[in-house]
Amino acid sequence: MIDYAMDATYLVASVFFIIGIKMLSSPETAARGNMLSALGMLMAVGATLVSGAIPDFTWIMVGVVIGSVVGIVGALLVKMNDMPQMVALFNGFGGAASALVAVSEYYRLGAQLSPFITVVILLSLFVGWLTTSGSVVAFLKLQELVSGNAVVFPLQHMINLVLGLGTFAAMGFLVLEPGHENIFFGIIAMGLLLGVLLVIPIGGADMPVVIALLNSYSGIAVSFTGFVLSNNVLIITGSLVGASGIFLTKEMCDGMNRSIWNVLFGGFGADAGSGVPAMEAPGGIVKPYTIEDAITVLENADQVVFVPGYGMAAAQAQHVVRELGEALEDRGITVKYAVHPVAGRMPGHMNVLLAEANVSYDALFDMDQINDDFVNTDVSVIIGANDVVNPAAEEDPSSPIYGMPILHVDRSKTVIVLKRSMNPGFAGIDNLLFYRDNTMMVFGDAKATLTKFNEGIKAG
Amino acid sequence: MVPFFMVGIYVFVLSVFVGFEIISKVPPMLHTPLMSGTNAISGITMVGAVLAAGHSENTLAIILGVSAVVCGTINVVGGYLVTNRMLRMFKKK
Repeated sequence: MIDYAMDATYLVASVFFIIGIKMLSSPETAARGNMLSALGMLMAVGATLVSGAIPDFTWIMVGVVIGSVVGIVGALLVKMNDMPQMVALFNGFGGAASALVAVSEYYRLGAQLSPFITVVILLSLFVGWLTTSGSVVAFLKLQELVSGNAVVFPLQHMINLVLGLGTFAAMGFLVLEPGHENIFFGIIAMGLLLGVLLVIPIGGADMPVVIALLNSYSGIAVSFTGFVLSNNVLIITGSLVGASGIFLTKEMCDGMNRSIWNVLFGGFGADAGSGVPAMEAPGGIVKPYTIEDAITVLENADQVVFVPGYGMAAAQAQHVVRELGEALEDRGITVKYAVHPVAGRMPGHMNVLLAEANVSYDALFDMDQINDDFVNTDVSVIIGANDVVNPAAEEDPSSPIYGMPILHVDRSKTVIVLKRSMNPGFAGIDNLLFYRDNTMMVFGDAKATLTKFNEGIKAG
Repeated sequence: MVPFFMVGIYVFVLSVFVGFEIISKVPPMLHTPLMSGTNAISGITMVGAVLAAGHSENTLAIILGVSAVVCGTINVVGGYLVTNRMLRMFKKK
């Protein structure tokens, strides 16, 4: 009887998770959806604890208290700018939890392991540890504790392939010949090692893809754990998360017009920032303007579109951008924000920062919504974005980013580009936008420049 | 009687379709909260951790299970809180 009650609770929890995600389809209902999902989680965990299946849960409660304290402190203290690495880190804990359950079940069942259970334990173990170490490397890169550049070395893919195939061979052997503990540890080591090896060749601007992919791995690990424990709520939830991660991965790859294989194994951005481009290109010359020139152009606009990129996050300029937006709106100017799918270090990164700075969400537009509106735009202001506004993606078949969908800022009457210097963007690619006749380059720190814009607009 | 793993595979495949269906409706604006929210949900593995820690009489299995509970709880509590923090910032004026 109690088993049925527990299963029914799991079913309700699964439904809450699904409705919770569904409510994320609008910013108006999203926060409530998240609450509903959290309620489902509380019910599922609570039902498991009180079901009587657990004779003594003293130690479990100790674990829950420790985990809660760490989770609460982490979630409340993290700055919005650091959100990508926080998400990576939480994801790593999820992977570790699945992997630890797999290890624990392996020891609990011992000689009673059936071949099927062995297979799913090993898969959960492998994917779980891979997620953990991969997430930790992603965290270290995003936190800039290690270099964010792609790390490539000879025969890298061959080595990964051999390690991967070797691991699967070891799993097969352990299913047929159970009881070899050293092979079991070997599979753990391989999972950890491959997680590191798969993430190090991925450069900074490709991090959104990796984070989405690691998210999907942690879901897949949960599903395998569900098979280990014959537990449907884990299987359902794991597959939802797995699907979500894969969907986002695909969105990010489409946003760059690159295949997932190219992102994961292309070693893009290994030599970022090596070349210094010329001040002249076939399309024209770079024209530096003063802050006063830019203010005059802004004051006379009817519609201004801000285009943020990772540079805005790095300069923590989102609040100044919003202030400038408000100052322009006070003068009757329409202000919009255009966000490219791969701007930043995580899917939706720019939107979160602008929302943090109190930008109204109906002023935030994604690429498909705003691209036809640039012809009606007087001024586009590019703040720390580069490749996502580079017309080379459409005009230069020899460019590495050729084919990538871009924001058509060059169609607006004037483009103001805020840039520290003429160093190329992440991909080390020259940006044709800088040489356009309608482009005004304003050099300097983005935050300082925007602050001066602000003062000028308010005084004017 | 159909063995559990067969039922499990049915559930898995159908859930993947449900997942794609609902997730494709989430606007790009909310992709970060979508990620951190689904990330929190994946902490459901702590149910597995609780069962693993609670069922065992083997000390090693219990230690591993409780460690899994700690990791799972961090994932769940941190993930939901951080998602909530982000979603509350999205306001319309």
